[in-house]
Amino acid sequence: MACPARIARGLLTDPARPLHFRFDGRELQGLAGDTLASALLANGVLQVGRSFKYHRPRGIVTAGPEEPCALVDVIGARGREPNLPATTLPLTAGLVAESQNRWPSLRFDLGALADRVAGFLPAGFYYKTFMSPGWGWERLYEPLIRRAAGLGRLEASVGPHADPAETVHDHADVLIVGAGAAGLAAAHRLGATGLRVLLAEQDLAPGGGTLLDGRWARWRESTGAALQSFPTLRCLMRTTVLGAYGHGVFGALETLSAEESARFGGLRERLHVLRVRRVLLATGALERLIAFPANDVPGVMLAGAALRFLTRYGVAAGRRPALFANNDEAYEALFALAAAGVHCAGVIDPRPESRAAARAKALGIAVHSAAVVGAVGGRHAVRTVTITELDGRPRFVLEADALLVSGGHTPVSGLAAQLGAALAWHEPQATWIPELPAPIGRVAGSAHGVCGLAAAARDGYEAGDALAVDLARPHAATEPPTLPPDPEATAIGALWEVRGRGKAFIDLQNDVTADDVRLAVREGYEHLEHMKRYTTFGMATDQGRIGGLLGCAVLAAARGIPVAETGTLRARPFAQPVPFAALAGAEVRAHYRPKRRLPLHAWHESAGATFVSTGLWLRPLVYSREPGWTPVLEEARAVRERVGITDVSSLGKIDVQGADAARFLDFVYANTFSTLAVGRARYGIMLREDGLLLDDGTTSRLAAGHFILTTTTANSASVLEHLEFHRESSCAALDVVLTDILDQWAQFALAGPRAREVLAPLVALDLSNEAFPFMAVAETMIAGVPGRLFRISFSGELAYEIAVPAGAALTLWSALLESGARFDIRPYGLDALNTLRIEKGHVTTAELNGNTTADDLGLQRLLKQQGDFIGRTLAQRPGLTVSERLQLVGVRPVAPTARLRNGSQLVAAQAPGASLGYLTSATRSLEFQGWVGLALLSGGRQRLGQRLLARSPVHDESVEVQILSAHMLDAENTRVRS
Amino acid sequence: MLRIPCPWCGVRDESEFRYRGAAEARRPEAAAGAAAFNAYVYERDNARDWHCEWWLHVAGCRRLLKVVRHTVTHEIRSVEAAPGAPGAERGR
Repeated sequence: MACPARIARGLLTDPARPLHFRFDGRELQGLAGDTLASALLANGVLQVGRSFKYHRPRGIVTAGPEEPCALVDVIGARGREPNLPATTLPLTAGLVAESQNRWPSLRFDLGALADRVAGFLPAGFYYKTFMSPGWGWERLYEPLIRRAAGLGRLEASVGPHADPAETVHDHADVLIVGAGAAGLAAAHRLGATGLRVLLAEQDLAPGGGTLLDGRWARWRESTGAALQSFPTLRCLMRTTVLGAYGHGVFGALETLSAEESARFGGLRERLHVLRVRRVLLATGALERLIAFPANDVPGVMLAGAALRFLTRYGVAAGRRPALFANNDEAYEALFALAAAGVHCAGVIDPRPESRAAARAKALGIAVHSAAVVGAVGGRHAVRTVTITELDGRPRFVLEADALLVSGGHTPVSGLAAQLGAALAWHEPQATWIPELPAPIGRVAGSAHGVCGLAAAARDGYEAGDALAVDLARPHAATEPPTLPPDPEATAIGALWEVRGRGKAFIDLQNDVTADDVRLAVREGYEHLEHMKRYTTFGMATDQGRIGGLLGCAVLAAARGIPVAETGTLRARPFAQPVPFAALAGAEVRAHYRPKRRLPLHAWHESAGATFVSTGLWLRPLVYSREPGWTPVLEEARAVRERVGITDVSSLGKIDVQGADAARFLDFVYANTFSTLAVGRARYGIMLREDGLLLDDGTTSRLAAGHFILTTTTANSASVLEHLEFHRESSCAALDVVLTDILDQWAQFALAGPRAREVLAPLVALDLSNEAFPFMAVAETMIAGVPGRLFRISFSGELAYEIAVPAGAALTLWSALLESGARFDIRPYGLDALNTLRIEKGHVTTAELNGNTTADDLGLQRLLKQQGDFIGRTLAQRPGLTVSERLQLVGVRPVAPTARLRNGSQLVAAQAPGASLGYLTSATRSLEFQGWVGLALLSGGRQRLGQRLLARSPVHDESVEVQILSAHMLDAENTRVRS
Repeated sequence: MLRIPCPWCGVRDESEFRYRGAAEARRPEAAAGAAAFNAYVYERDNARDWHCEWWLHVAGCRRLLKVVRHTVTHEIRSVEAAPGAPGAERGR
């Protein structure tokens, strides 16, 4: 017997294309066009999951993305994907899905014991119970609770290649969210004006509520045809607008159909970033649940969902359904089921009478007026519905296999709220209605509190015309087409809760009951946002959409205030769960962030370099693919003993020109540059205004009003911003121009005792100490290339840095290698550079870490005594100059075989638990046996000669070390001046 | 996300800019002392009101802009080039 509940031809399903699928191991059959939910219902599968906390049997409650209960795991080529709403999951051939949160099986679930002891599991239970012992939470309680609670399991099967994903940036004059009656009507008006319009609809077809009413087919088709004729209007189907981010920026997620996905190489979702001038929110309204005892038994379903299942998929929610509703609109589900030949068990309506009730009676359906549902019988499926009087006295017990519920409709206002909409309480419909400020856009249709399709369409036409006027593109007024009339309706009779024995849920996904809300109020969590956090109400993946207002109303009743005074829960993006892959888009793996390559990257690669990322830069770490220290030390030895060459092109380089260039540098640097002679360089430090070190580097004076300054690689962007900011703010009156020349110039360091001999043949310049001493600078031809020569040293050896236009990098590099061949010149990477500078006690961003001052690093003599500069005043604060601060020192292990590690804590042997500082840099040494390092040590300069322990609890290591001056090598600087 | 109308480049996303703090805060005179500099560096009003602030257009013209923005609605009332900067008259 295939599909016993498929009683009619659905709008979307194709009876000629049956599909097989599996649910919890059962082989079932559905139709192309089904969702998993409609296919399950068609097969008579009512229970599809267990609830989050109490493990109660749960069924399908809605027919859309607002579904709180019917969440499933789908097992496919990409592994196990959890928490997918069966109500939006398209049925595909061979789909394998499993229910969640049950063990060992859906029908028999051991966790359901939680429901039997629920009296001991009230809201706040975890907070109160799992308090001690202190270690218990992490090791004992949390793992147990996590196993018992939770939804699906994530088991990704990740291949070597990322799934395709993409982000689309789009622009429009108007974004219309929702293609129901109001959205289509507005799009019709706006499209005709020639404005650029984007119409986004989460459903797979436009129409919204008109899809459920056959009288609207013609209007829908003619409107759709008109929209297709507008060249500036585009429709995005299966697209949910996820969030509003202000200034007309919206995020939307498009889910591709199977055919589109195949066409785009397996792309499943497309993230749209939309930038628009106005928005029209035609997001519709969601039906809300009523809280009554056992309102979660499988078979309890929202009335509108039953109408959707019947109209779209031809599936009846039950063979003998009852309706519990307080509004006329909800009756349409029952009328449609009756028309399809379903025998309706009856209607329970708290109102004494209504037009819809009269229609029902005329159809021969029993109507129990002025009554409510006091209980539902059955555990795995609805069996009986107990009807009670409004005062709680029992009236009648109805046999039914489904209970359709409707507590009224709440406008979908999340996006509106994010846009700063004013929400007004509308008593006749017992709901909030949003209104947007005109410069942002408008709200229309049932999202605007309008009842009925014709009224919604008229509201849409009006909103479209108003937006056209707002955007100065008014459209010649046309008479709206004749619309099918809305049935006359009796007003809603607000009803939130029926008190009785048993759990009455307000949040089905997080298992929050009306009693939990009252408990929260008793315990002092009266504010809506406090109640939410105490009970977890509205915090599940469905964000409590069908019960949101219901919870507010129960809270209001408990506090004895009108619903309107509780306020509303703050709606934040995203409107629905979004896969991380869709957010990441193409920015994964190699495209995670851009790479910056040195001008000589190809050469370094061909020379066998291993690269390291420093910021965005790829820099040669060592010219070897072998791990270990041997190749690093060989490169460093070449520099110490002969000559080496390294690529420092990633250093920040800023050209500073103007009559006031020197004054500007005097202000931004802590030392003085106005006294620097033309043709000379000087080491400088920059402070932040709070007195801490920002960066260091050398600055060279090429002419009276022309300087070149360098920054560290890591800080090049932030230093440039810092200088640009001050140039235009505090130094706006100065004549100075800054130009970032980082990418324009390649720069190499040529270092070692033979450096002068290597360079000499390539320049027509006297390189003797007298003519070109340490810290001299010249603009000159080098190997036939116009370049700049700086006699500066980071390695502690005789060294030159040579800059040439980036395009000539290889010319110069090759010439230097050729000239150095007779000295066995070696290229050296960042590791060898680090070894050299640590031995010399030169600092880098490991020490310029944002917490250190000039005094900490022994650079206090650079702070000028005269004149203002950034950071001058606050650097003198007592707290930044006390001697207990962490100061830069050198460190060597006492035992030459012991290794040092970055990050090891320095402690005294007698107090090993108290950190006195830590190692910032460590390396194997050439000049000294074993390892050397730099450290920041409390009162370090007073501790020279002391012995401490360098402890690394992570590695379970403790090494005895000697504290030295940071200038471990050639403290008199004879080598750099040789 | 803010969309900032740069007088040089046109309307651009906030992600192209770097926030550089309150524009009313004036750097004290060199001799003003630690208390004045402390106030300049650390003390801000954080008002629910219009706020005048610096934005540096790092992924565009790299010019400094003075933006008046409302801290609640994020509405931007005015954007102008930093006063005194070259071309600032044209940027208004």
